[in-house]
Amino acid sequence: MTERERNWLMVAPAGVWLLVMLVLPLSVVLIFSFGERAPAGGWVPAFTFEQYANLPARLTAFQNTLTLAPLGTLAALIIAYPLAYQLAVRTDPRWKTILLVLVIVPFWTSILIRSYAWIYILGGQGLPALLEIFGIEGVRLIYTPFAVTVGIVYGYLPLMVFPIYVALDRLDKRLLEASSDLGAWPLTTFLRVTLPMSISGIATGCMLVFILLMGEFLIPALLGGGKVFFVGNALVDLFLQSRNWAFGSAVAVMLILVMLVTVTIYMRLIARLSATREDVSIM
Amino acid sequence: MRIYSLFVYVFLYTPIAIIALFSFSAGRSASQFEGFSLKWYGRALDNPFVMDALANSLFVAFVSATLASILGTLAAVGLQGMRGPARAFFDAIIYIAVMIPGIVIGIATLIALVTVFDVVNPWLANIWPEGREPPALTMGRPSLIAAHTMFTLALVVLIVRARLQGLESALSEASADLYAPPMRTFRLITLPLIAPAILAGFLLSFTFSFDDFIIAFFVAGSETTLPIYIFSSIRRGVTPEINAIGTMVMLASLVLLVIAQLILRRSNKR
Repeated sequence: MTERERNWLMVAPAGVWLLVMLVLPLSVVLIFSFGERAPAGGWVPAFTFEQYANLPARLTAFQNTLTLAPLGTLAALIIAYPLAYQLAVRTDPRWKTILLVLVIVPFWTSILIRSYAWIYILGGQGLPALLEIFGIEGVRLIYTPFAVTVGIVYGYLPLMVFPIYVALDRLDKRLLEASSDLGAWPLTTFLRVTLPMSISGIATGCMLVFILLMGEFLIPALLGGGKVFFVGNALVDLFLQSRNWAFGSAVAVMLILVMLVTVTIYMRLIARLSATREDVSIM
Repeated sequence: MRIYSLFVYVFLYTPIAIIALFSFSAGRSASQFEGFSLKWYGRALDNPFVMDALANSLFVAFVSATLASILGTLAAVGLQGMRGPARAFFDAIIYIAVMIPGIVIGIATLIALVTVFDVVNPWLANIWPEGREPPALTMGRPSLIAAHTMFTLALVVLIVRARLQGLESALSEASADLYAPPMRTFRLITLPLIAPAILAGFLLSFTFSFDDFIIAFFVAGSETTLPIYIFSSIRRGVTPEINAIGTMVMLASLVLLVIAQLILRRSNKR
C-alpha cells in the first residue's frame, strides 16, 4: 500500500459520513425548496419558484432575526469589552486564568437550562415584583424583545469576551505606557492604540456570536413566548407543526443565503478597517 | 472598572444560582422558596421518564463521541499527507459542518432520512421472506447518533489537526529514517503525542451531544433525550424537579469540562 492510498483510506470513513449526513441532507433541502407541499403535509416533486415567491409570508421572522441578532451582538460587545480589557490589561497575572475560566464556564453548560432561568428573573414574580416594591408598577419584561435580547447577551457573552481577551492580552503593554509618557490622554490612548490593536478580537467575537444568533431557536422560544420569533422558530413551526416541507426548505435556503451575504459584507468591512489602520500606523 | 467586572460576574452566575437555589426548595411552587429539602432530587431520580431520557442521552453521547473520535482522528492524520483539490474539498465540508446552524442540520437530516426511509421500507418489505415481519427504518437513536457523529467528527478533526500542526515532524521523520514501518511510527510516536487532543475532542463531543437540543428535536423521532424532556416540561411550566435535573446536568457538564481542560493544559506544558 502506498502512502497516498493509506491517506485516502484514513480519510474515507469520515468523508463518506460527512457526505451522507451533511452534503446529502443539505442538497435535499435545496431540491425540496423547488418542490410543492403534498396535500397531507410533506412534499411532492416539482420545479417551481412558488416557495421563494411566498417568502414574504415569513418576513417578520427574518426582520426580527436581522434586527435582534445584530443588536444582541452589539450589546454583547459593549458589555464584554470592558471586562475583557480589565482581565487582559489590569488584572494581576496570578488571577487572570481563573477569572477567565469563570467567564467561560457558563458557556459550556446547557444553554437550555441557563436560558430558562431568565423566565424566573424576568417573569411576574421576579424583577417586575421587585420594581413594584419601589412603586414602579405594571412593568412587563418577559415575552418582549427586551427579554430575548437579555437572553442572547447572557447566552453568548463568554463567546465575545474570549477572543477580545486574547487580542488584548497579546498587546504589548509598553505601547500603552509609551502613549501616556508622550502625554496622550487615557481616552486618546484607548482610541488610537488599544482599540485598533484589538479589532481582530472584536471581529472574531462579533462574527461567532452573529452566526450562532442567525440560527437561534431556543432563546426566542423560551423568552419570546411566541411574540418575538426568529427564523429558527419559523422553521420549527413549518417542519414540525404545519409540515410544509417545500416552503420550510425555501426558508432554510434563504436563511443560509442571508447569512452568507451578511458575513461576506462584514468580512469586507473588517478587511477595509484593518487596511486603513495600517495606513495610519505607517504615518 | 473592578466594580463593573464584578457586575458582569453577578450577571453570569445569578441565573445559575437561582436554578440551583430553587432546586432545594421544599415546596411545590417553583417561584417561592419554602425551606430546604433534597426531595426534588429524589423525585427526579425516581421519575422513569427522566431516567429513560437520561439513558438515551448518555448512550447517544457515548456512541457518537466514540465514533467521532475514531473517524475524526483518522481523517485528521490522513489529511496531513494530502494535498490538492481533495484536501480543499474536505476542508470546505468541515467548514460547512461547523458554520451551518444546528437547526438547518436538524431539518435537513430529518427530511433527507424520512425521504430515504420512504423509498427503502417498501423495498425491504418486498425482498423480505414471506410470513415474517419486515423491518421498518424509522427516526430514533441510530439517526440521532449519525447526526451527532457528523457534527462532532468535524470538531474532532479541527482539534486533532491543531495538535498535529504543532508537532515537530522531526520525530516521525527520525522514526522513518530508523526504518520503522509507517504503522509503527504512527502507533509509537504520533498517537501518544496527539492522545490528549483526541481525549479532549472526545469529551467536547460528549458534552455537545449530551447538551444538544435542536438537532435532537428534529432527528430523535419518538425517542426523548434529556434536553428534549426539559424543554417540553418547561413548556408546561417550570417545576422544582426540572431545577433539580438542570442543576445535576450543569454539574456533570462542568466536571467533564474541567477534566478536558486539565488534560489539554498538561499536554500543552509538555
